Amino acid sequence: MSNYNKLTPAQFESIGKEFDAIRNRVLADLGERDANYIRTLVKRQRQLEVGGRIMLMIPPAWPLGVAALGASKIIDNMEIGHNVMHGQYDWMNDPALNSKNFDWDTADTAKNWKHTHNFEHHTYTNVLNKDHDIGYGLLRMSEQQKWEPRFLANVPLAVILHTFFQHFVAVQNLKLEDVLVYKTKTRAQLKEDFKPVWKKMRKQLAKDYVLFPVLAGPLAPLVFVGNVAANLARNVWACAVIFNGHFPEEVEQYPESVIENETRGQWYVRQLLGSANFSGGKLMHIMSGNLSFQIEHHLFPDLPAHRYQEISPEVKAICEKYGLPYNTGSFFRQTLSTWTRIVKLSLPSRRKPSTPVAVAAAAPAVVELPLAA
Amino acid sequence: MSQNTAASTLPRAAGLNAWLAGSLRRALGSRLAATLSFPHGVDRYLEQFDPSWSLHEVRAEVVGVRHLTTDSVTLSLKPNANWRGFVPGQYVRLTVEINGVRRTRCYSPANSAHARDGLIELTAKAHANGFVSRHLREQLRPGTVVTLSQAEGQFALPEWRPERVLLISGGSGITPVMSMLRTLCDEGHKGRITFLHYSNKATDLIYADELAQLAARHPNVQLLRAFAEPGQGGELEGLFSRAQLAQAVPDYAQAQTFLCGPPGMMKAVQAVFAAEALEARLHLEHFTAAPVVVDSAGAEGEVRFARSERLARNSGATLLDQAEAAGLKPESGCRMGICHACTCRKTAGKVRDTRTGQISDGEEDIQICVSVPVGTVTLEI
Repeated sequence: MSNYNKLTPAQFESIGKEFDAIRNRVLADLGERDANYIRTLVKRQRQLEVGGRIMLMIPPAWPLGVAALGASKIIDNMEIGHNVMHGQYDWMNDPALNSKNFDWDTADTAKNWKHTHNFEHHTYTNVLNKDHDIGYGLLRMSEQQKWEPRFLANVPLAVILHTFFQHFVAVQNLKLEDVLVYKTKTRAQLKEDFKPVWKKMRKQLAKDYVLFPVLAGPLAPLVFVGNVAANLARNVWACAVIFNGHFPEEVEQYPESVIENETRGQWYVRQLLGSANFSGGKLMHIMSGNLSFQIEHHLFPDLPAHRYQEISPEVKAICEKYGLPYNTGSFFRQTLSTWTRIVKLSLPSRRKPSTPVAVAAAAPAVVELPLAA
Repeated sequence: MSQNTAASTLPRAAGLNAWLAGSLRRALGSRLAATLSFPHGVDRYLEQFDPSWSLHEVRAEVVGVRHLTTDSVTLSLKPNANWRGFVPGQYVRLTVEINGVRRTRCYSPANSAHARDGLIELTAKAHANGFVSRHLREQLRPGTVVTLSQAEGQFALPEWRPERVLLISGGSGITPVMSMLRTLCDEGHKGRITFLHYSNKATDLIYADELAQLAARHPNVQLLRAFAEPGQGGELEGLFSRAQLAQAVPDYAQAQTFLCGPPGMMKAVQAVFAAEALEARLHLEHFTAAPVVVDSAGAEGEVRFARSERLARNSGATLLDQAEAAGLKPESGCRMGICHACTCRKTAGKVRDTRTGQISDGEEDIQICVSVPVGTVTLEI
């Protein structure tokens, strides 16, 4: 039986109140500390980017250049872009850090991403057919997803998704599978939807693969390859972080019926059980945009992400109190668990899953998972 | 009587430096630079080097903080090259950051348009519950970089200076007319200028010393200080009235009159001019909005803040006040329907414009500082 089904309506209600209290307390405390934090990160990102682009044009410094530009893109996308576009810093009234205006250094348009991510993914987290992040229309990531022969390629497709992640995310809102596989969307519609995406993609491609290489003159190939490497590093890292947040094996997934008349408390619990953290040091948290605290992020998507670590002991305590798992483990363990799921689901399921998918066994108070061997 | 331009007020760099600065500016403003810095834009990189560097925004460094009266603060701001200057009477939107939150308020520069130092002088009176003005008075330090808008507003000294000028102000409404007076004096204006100012007592009068000096130095400038409290030593005593005006400035009907002050005083002056069909000669700035009439008794329904998932019972106050009461911090500025900083999307419901009483319905962009909900309203905040 799923952990979700073990709670009584009264428990849902009091969990909702406890999480609301955390949220309100942090909101009331927002101020200069948060502003300084995000501005410092923006400064570091810009330094890494400018420094990285210069080093790519100096052959002995090239490897450092790749590392710096890759790190810059990761910070831009994860700790700055993802979090700013969640509206975590809207309260600052700074147009440069406002979710309405911000755009990030990746192929996806801010507008499309805010729809698929902020709305679809965060509202309907792990609800099948509603949360497109379950497999991105490409993979089978849930037992409840009906098996089709194309999912035999789950593993190679997952590798391809990691490699070209920025472009898959860019076209996510187009729902390509509806055109190619299910024929529920026309090509004309697709063409129309693709216009703004192509506009953004084109600019990103021109910048990374034409203009900066050309600026380097005879070193153009070096700069070109450097940009490919930096983008690849960002793609693989971002995809891995996101997969670890929702696809480790114990994470629960839900049928559409769960969202009918869902209360605030139920919403919180679904977010909690539908997410997983991974452990690490300060650098790991920054480079993952604090999605290493995916649970806290899903409970409070619009609180500044650097606050998640501070509130995680309270979240953990609430889990313990209600006998709910707090899914965390090392990055390696969560990755292994995610890939186990990808491999398993490439084949048809043997049994019909219960509703919601029951995965976690009897309820240990807090699941502190051991490091994988 | 030439109109001043920003260029003449900014210090000119030597030839080579100017050429270099110009080329650099052109290079940074080019399409290539825009593509290379996509999607953040050149400004987002420039400001990392120096917070006052920007291709498009007006940023200014606070270079002086003075207190001319106990409850006011006078700031000297050094704007960057994007500042295009102002016409005396106009205002700017000043944005400062307080505990991580950017706040915007409107202030009229009080300096002469011909000031040689190129500085902008803003004076704010700190009200007891004036969050931003109190910050400006108590916290702002020289060296801070603030953001400004370009000068805005129709209340301005006409390009062809009128012969006879009457400047009427009250309280902190002195700033735009102070700019007019200083500018006219700098220009060697020959016509008569009457500066009629109302305040509670002598110690409340900002620019007291300079006004006295200007009046002493320029025989065509007549200074009339009116204090509400008795025994303050002003030329006049009490509040504005037609009788007082007629006695102190008998030829007021021949003058072009510029007016700025608290709502009650503005109303009184307007009524006098309207009664004598002199409205065309009266120029004014509603710098402090007439208090919004809040009918909390008749308020019903609720306000839904969709993006932040908050719900509040309609209190009858403006949507901006209600949003803030609900713990939200929507962008805002003048709080009187001028600057459009608070404009946001209303997806459903009816609102009443506090200025016109007009009711509008359905999905639209509204200025929440001057919109009161009529029944349930949903906002994209």
